[in-house]
Amino acid sequence: MSLALFVEQVLNGVQFGVTLFLMAAGLTLVFGVMGLINLAHGSLYMVGAFACAAVAAWSGSFWLGLAASIAAAAAAGAVVEWVVIRRLYDRDHLDQVLATFALILIFSEAMRWLFGPFPLYLDMPGLLSGSVTLPGGIEYPLYRLTIILVGIAVAAGLHLLIARTRIGMRIRAGASDREMVAALGVDIATLYTIIFALGAALAGFAGALVGVNQSVQVGMGEPVLILAFVVIVIGGIGSLKGALVGSLLVGVTDTMGRFLLPQIFSLVMDPSQATTVGAALASMLIYIVMALILAFRPRGLFAVTS
Amino acid sequence: MKRILAAALMMGCALIAANAATAEPVKIGMITTLSGGGAGLGVDVRDGFMLALKQSGNKDVTVLVEDDAQKPELAVQIADKMIQSDKVQILTGIIWSNLAMAVVPNAVGQDIFYLSPNAGPSALAGAKCNKNYFNVAWQNDNLHEAMGNYATEAGYKKTFILAPNYPAGTDALTGFKRFYKGELGGELFTKLGQTDYAAEIAQIRASGADSVFFFLPGGMGIAFMKQYAQSGIKIPVMGPGFSFDQDVLGAIGDAALGVKNSSQWSKDLDNEANKKFVETFKAEYKRLPSLYASQGYDTANLVLAALGKASVMDADAFRAALKAADFQSVRGKFKFGPNNHPIQDIYVREVVKEEGTLTNKIIGVSFKDHQDAYAAECKM
Amino acid sequence: MERERWINIALALLLLAAPLLALAAGEAFYVTLATRVAVLALAAVGLNLALGLGGLVSFGHAAFFGIGGYAAGILAAQEMTAMPPIWIVAALVAGIMAAFIGAVSLRTSGVYFIMITLAFAQMIYYFVISWPAYGGEDGLPLAVRNQFPFVNTLKPLPFFLICYVLLLAGLLLFAWLRDGRFGAALQAARQNETRLAALGVSPFPIRLTAFVLSAMITAVAGALYADLTRFVSPSMLSWHLSGELIVIIILGGTGRLFGPLAGAALFVLMEFLLGSLTERWQFFLGLVLLGTVLFAKGGLIGLIAGKARNG
Repeated sequence: MSLALFVEQVLNGVQFGVTLFLMAAGLTLVFGVMGLINLAHGSLYMVGAFACAAVAAWSGSFWLGLAASIAAAAAAGAVVEWVVIRRLYDRDHLDQVLATFALILIFSEAMRWLFGPFPLYLDMPGLLSGSVTLPGGIEYPLYRLTIILVGIAVAAGLHLLIARTRIGMRIRAGASDREMVAALGVDIATLYTIIFALGAALAGFAGALVGVNQSVQVGMGEPVLILAFVVIVIGGIGSLKGALVGSLLVGVTDTMGRFLLPQIFSLVMDPSQATTVGAALASMLIYIVMALILAFRPRGLFAVTS
Repeated sequence: MKRILAAALMMGCALIAANAATAEPVKIGMITTLSGGGAGLGVDVRDGFMLALKQSGNKDVTVLVEDDAQKPELAVQIADKMIQSDKVQILTGIIWSNLAMAVVPNAVGQDIFYLSPNAGPSALAGAKCNKNYFNVAWQNDNLHEAMGNYATEAGYKKTFILAPNYPAGTDALTGFKRFYKGELGGELFTKLGQTDYAAEIAQIRASGADSVFFFLPGGMGIAFMKQYAQSGIKIPVMGPGFSFDQDVLGAIGDAALGVKNSSQWSKDLDNEANKKFVETFKAEYKRLPSLYASQGYDTANLVLAALGKASVMDADAFRAALKAADFQSVRGKFKFGPNNHPIQDIYVREVVKEEGTLTNKIIGVSFKDHQDAYAAECKM
Repeated sequence: MERERWINIALALLLLAAPLLALAAGEAFYVTLATRVAVLALAAVGLNLALGLGGLVSFGHAAFFGIGGYAAGILAAQEMTAMPPIWIVAALVAGIMAAFIGAVSLRTSGVYFIMITLAFAQMIYYFVISWPAYGGEDGLPLAVRNQFPFVNTLKPLPFFLICYVLLLAGLLLFAWLRDGRFGAALQAARQNETRLAALGVSPFPIRLTAFVLSAMITAVAGALYADLTRFVSPSMLSWHLSGELIVIIILGGTGRLFGPLAGAALFVLMEFLLGSLTERWQFFLGLVLLGTVLFAKGGLIGLIAGKARNG
């Protein structure tokens, strides 16, 4: 194994982590401020990917598609918040799990109704295709590099939004004391709709970015939804920093596990058995990591005091 | 008195005649996947099946279609309902091996005929074969074996192979290796449902392999192909027809151009039945048929042909009629082996672009009259 | 409260009468459907112990359901086909797993608990999928249904009666636990942990016991389910099934004694009726579930019987 391959795999892990962060950021924001578990977050990711694919196919422009993905997911998020979610804020987690589970069923079938049962086509813009040569002679796809940069930019942007702007101040205040903020004359209902739509837009954006690399199809949000939950639980629910660290941890652990475990096992057993055992353990690895972290830090790495 | 007797005799003759022409109603239950990520396959099987039925003009056959949502427990429940409540005599439609394993042994144990339009798990071809189970598609290993054979014939010396870590995946790689004579450039099992293949692609690049064979069904294959093309690696890729058929080619896009894949059927197979199938399918559903649609179409035609020869009530005669496989298959020739699995030609196809649409073209034959590896284990 | 008791009795009788009537009408399939209701209800009774009484929202109970199923499947594959020992093995294995999972998970609470139980279930799910000895993703068919002394389990009705009796036993156990000292402590731990701590009672062992018992009941249901479908597969362990068990409980009424039965009956009937009406059944199932959460708090039993005693 060369050093270049190792570094490339670490980069792949970081890139995977960044896409998880885009999902996890919205999820953790919505939970931190509104105390809501949203299983339907993966459906908003799917909505973004479908909107991007449909608009890109219709207009021929990926960039229009990308804009559409953000708009469609934000709109879907706002509508869902307005019709369903706002009735769930003072319910317990159980009701929230069930209601958003129902939303998954509804969204998945609705998408199939609108777009048919076959996966859609979505390709990257010509501008981002091809690969670049990094120091050390690593050939790396430009698109994946772009995703890493976009993810860092989004993380920085969210940090600024929350730490420095007026709406960010309200978000922080709303998270720590809802009644007090309402008493100060802030329209809590609108604030919540905006936050939910913001989280949805991030999910939709992630769906479009990842849809380029994957299959745009019904159900695409579910695997990534579970990973996003793992991320925010590891990081500490409600913490943006935790979501970022958790994403990178999960992304790198998963990628390096898939890469290294079969090789490690092949040192002690015959190769074909090592591939099977290694792959099996790799698929369980992030859940093992999560259980270990929670066993020692029951509220995640960056617990938010509440 | 004589006249009454004559009339009765005539009526009796008429009844017998009507019987031979399958005048009695026949109920077929179709359990298939119509929702979720795998819905495209079920829709194609159903549409192919229904097209054949419509063309036959046979009004005595009713088909009940239900969605299994790709869940084995639900498939079992629907099968129970169709057998016990709707009293179907024939079941068909299941797409996935794990659902077939859940439904088929029980159904055929209750003297129901099961015709598989897609899944062909090795157990049902070998030790657990059954006289009432007919596979009209292929045994799961077949298309992978054909690709292994092709890789050997094409002179590849160092092939990198990968598949998801589950039984169909390990079977796929076993099937490939059964006919591949070269050395392996690497062997990988990925996580089922995995969508990011950067780590695997990096290993392929570093392995120095001269070719890649993969089996990643559904969305996994689409994701892999897109990311593989994006990585800029030029090592040729090959795979079973599942990953390069009409249902997914549109989603992969030009990244699939030139890829060699194996299938028992292709749109450009030159025979009357196939020409009619492709044309009428396009006219009816406004899209090109996939191999799944061709399998659904063949399944229906097999049933209809057998019903023309024998009543489904006479299980032995009907079974013999099915086994004779006396129908116009879109694959050209088609016959059953001793374990009721097909003995058929398997072709190598290449993904090409025709009038702006991605599709496949036959470039060679990998196997003539190929039979699965498990037939010997079947004691029937 | 009187009213809820009558509803419970009516539900129990209804579930018993349905298959008898179906058989009289020559519709054997409805016996199978009623058996499915009974088995899922038993699984949910198990979960209800942790979730309804203890407030422990486990999003990973499919793991115990699946462990029970695989216990039945694997033992049957080893020619061990008597039901009662299978149930005991299923309950013991699930109980040991639950003790371990619970010991780690119960250190957390709220959403963390939901997610860590999900994580453990996912671990077991991926393990089973990639474990080739017992079929992996393809699952493991049972050659014949396992046996029970003096009963022909292959016939639908006797098998239904076995499941029905076990369901009643599960319900009795639930009622006995709920009304005893243990149940009182468990519910106190849910409602006011500080007060319990002030009384010198640590909630952890109580919760752990509830979690383990809950897993054991669900595992027995899993073993019955394997016999019902004569098949076990990793989909018994999937997070969708954990979700469905929660759905069943909420549909029926969280923490209610007969909530799981009402919920399971409603869920199975909806799945069955919608599924035969339209291929878009999941869309309508979603709408019904959503409507239940938003407008019928307290589930089906709450809707008929009114507010719970300790809601």
